[in-house]
Amino acid sequence: MTTIETPAPQPSGTLSPGSRLFTLASRYGTFVAFLALIVFNVAVTPNFLSWQTLNVNLTQVATIVIVATGMTLVIATGGIDLSVGSLMAIAGALAPMIFMGQFWQVENMAFAVALAFLLPVVVAGLFGLFNGLLVTRFSIQPIIATLVLFIAGRGIAQVMTNGNLQVFRNEGFQFIAMGRIAGIPAQVVLMTVIVALTFAMIRYTVIGRQIIAVGGNEKAARLTGVPVKRVKLFVYMISGALAGLAGLVVVARNSASDANLVGLGMELDAIAAVAVGGTLLTGGRANIIGTVLGAFVIQLVRYTLLANGVPDAAALIVKAGLIVLAVFIQQRADKS
Amino acid sequence: MHTLLRPFAIKSSGDIARLGVLLALFGLILFGALRYDNFLSSYNILSFLRYNSMFALIALGMAFVIITGGIDLSVGGTAAMASVVAALLSPWHWAAGLLGGMAAGCAVGALNGFIITKMRIQPFIATLATMLAAYGTGLLIANNQSVSVSYDSGFTVIGQDDFLGFPIPAWIALAAYILGWLVLEKLPVGRHVLAIGDGEATAGLMGLKVERTLAAVYLASGTLAGLAGVILASQFGAGQPTEGVGWELFAIASVVVGGTLLTGGSGSVGATLAGALLLAMVFNILNFENGLGWISLSAYWQSVIRGAFLLVVVVLQAKLMARHRSA
Repeated sequence: MTTIETPAPQPSGTLSPGSRLFTLASRYGTFVAFLALIVFNVAVTPNFLSWQTLNVNLTQVATIVIVATGMTLVIATGGIDLSVGSLMAIAGALAPMIFMGQFWQVENMAFAVALAFLLPVVVAGLFGLFNGLLVTRFSIQPIIATLVLFIAGRGIAQVMTNGNLQVFRNEGFQFIAMGRIAGIPAQVVLMTVIVALTFAMIRYTVIGRQIIAVGGNEKAARLTGVPVKRVKLFVYMISGALAGLAGLVVVARNSASDANLVGLGMELDAIAAVAVGGTLLTGGRANIIGTVLGAFVIQLVRYTLLANGVPDAAALIVKAGLIVLAVFIQQRADKS
Repeated sequence: MHTLLRPFAIKSSGDIARLGVLLALFGLILFGALRYDNFLSSYNILSFLRYNSMFALIALGMAFVIITGGIDLSVGGTAAMASVVAALLSPWHWAAGLLGGMAAGCAVGALNGFIITKMRIQPFIATLATMLAAYGTGLLIANNQSVSVSYDSGFTVIGQDDFLGFPIPAWIALAAYILGWLVLEKLPVGRHVLAIGDGEATAGLMGLKVERTLAAVYLASGTLAGLAGVILASQFGAGQPTEGVGWELFAIASVVVGGTLLTGGSGSVGATLAGALLLAMVFNILNFENGLGWISLSAYWQSVIRGAFLLVVVVLQAKLMARHRSA
């Protein structure tokens, strides 16, 4: 890539009408799509304006948002993380094994549950660190580096559980998906906290600015003293840890962990959310709020189609079109 | 040096990698032949070739795509959709199934080429999207279930029968690889493919038709994936809209193991075949090892070992590249 990206705002006075349209579409397109989907649903889908609909959509979107937040950071550095779905499966397989006493006898349930939260996330973070090492130490392209764990990661989860479904009932652990904090589902609170923290990190901290700098122009970033390798290690680790957390939410919600299914296809949803949300896939930008909106748009599209009797398969085609359109608009706007 | 030995002449780090994959392949075959009684039985060899021809076909298309510096993630979905199309058309005539499946793959390839060259979207994202679309289309036309093929029209011959003692899918793959080798090594378009992978802008300035060549490469990859889908439907007697998950990764791994650099600009058709066979051989040996009863590795170990293999290869490749750069 020879394009040099700076996060500075572009002058808007010299744009041709056509490119201004793309700029407008890239800036507000996701939001407009989101509003249009809501208006459409209010008009067409029966019982759309109900607490239950809100609940269903929010709880389903939470895991996508959590993973996509980490993905946004990775993509901002010019990378990609294909391993998130597999890391979800690993974390999801580990947690029940811990509190069901498969590693060691559970004597204090509260302690075991705390470990079941902590350990899988740490393990997933370490796997993310491994991704980062491949990218930084060996200069392997991110697609390939994370492909390794994409393939092997789910296998590791399947080997750990022997491919068996782990069914469980554990109120303490399942609070993360079933519980409510001030009436709001716990995973929605979790999602909000993660998004807020990441947003603040990008905006107000040194590491946040460094992430953008690395993705904007790696050489320039290195020359100005940004610890490029450490920044990259950091984003892959965060992406892994967040994927692990999302895996915990999924298994807690299902009261069961199926290593074959947890997080399957999540990398696509997360990348799609980032792309639709307006973060350039070539790096140098991290639009966290956009990613959240992107995830909501993807979720709402799926919900709209399903609620109106359109088969799931057709939803895939729509999602494909959405991704292409979003990236196309982003890139056109960026060139102008 | 003798012309026959020329592929083995070491000129670059890529050649070392290619030599490595051949050595590893022979090593595995030797290991298997010495350790297991029926490893070199005609039954094992023929079923190995019959089953793995599909993956070899996809890896061939992927090799061309990767040599241009791109990637094609849509091949698994394309094969699944093509298997459905072929199964649906098979009652009319076996050729209708064959050509229909290939045409379906060709269509996805054309769409990839359009999105990548005209809309200028990165191959990775473009083919990710068409992968979703291909799966969606396959599921829609198959009505979410597998579609039985016709056993009366002779369609199943393509995947299940032998010709001159070898499985027909193996012949198809062999023909495709010879054709691929000719195109890459002997025809001008092969040079163009390599030049584009080395530097798209430079290739364009040299007057090469970059867009047209890229479109042709994705078209070929899609068509080969379609052909693999036809074989899938024919071999297993059904179009399977949910099959093909992870095939793209198997293909990418084969190409990488075959020493083709993911950065594009270099690569080899023959080594890709060796890479595909090597990866497939690992699983064949795993099955035999389980049969011995000393260990019992579940099928789940396959993906772990596959990933470990890919890891070793890309790390070695990266080290070779680093030495090449510093030399």
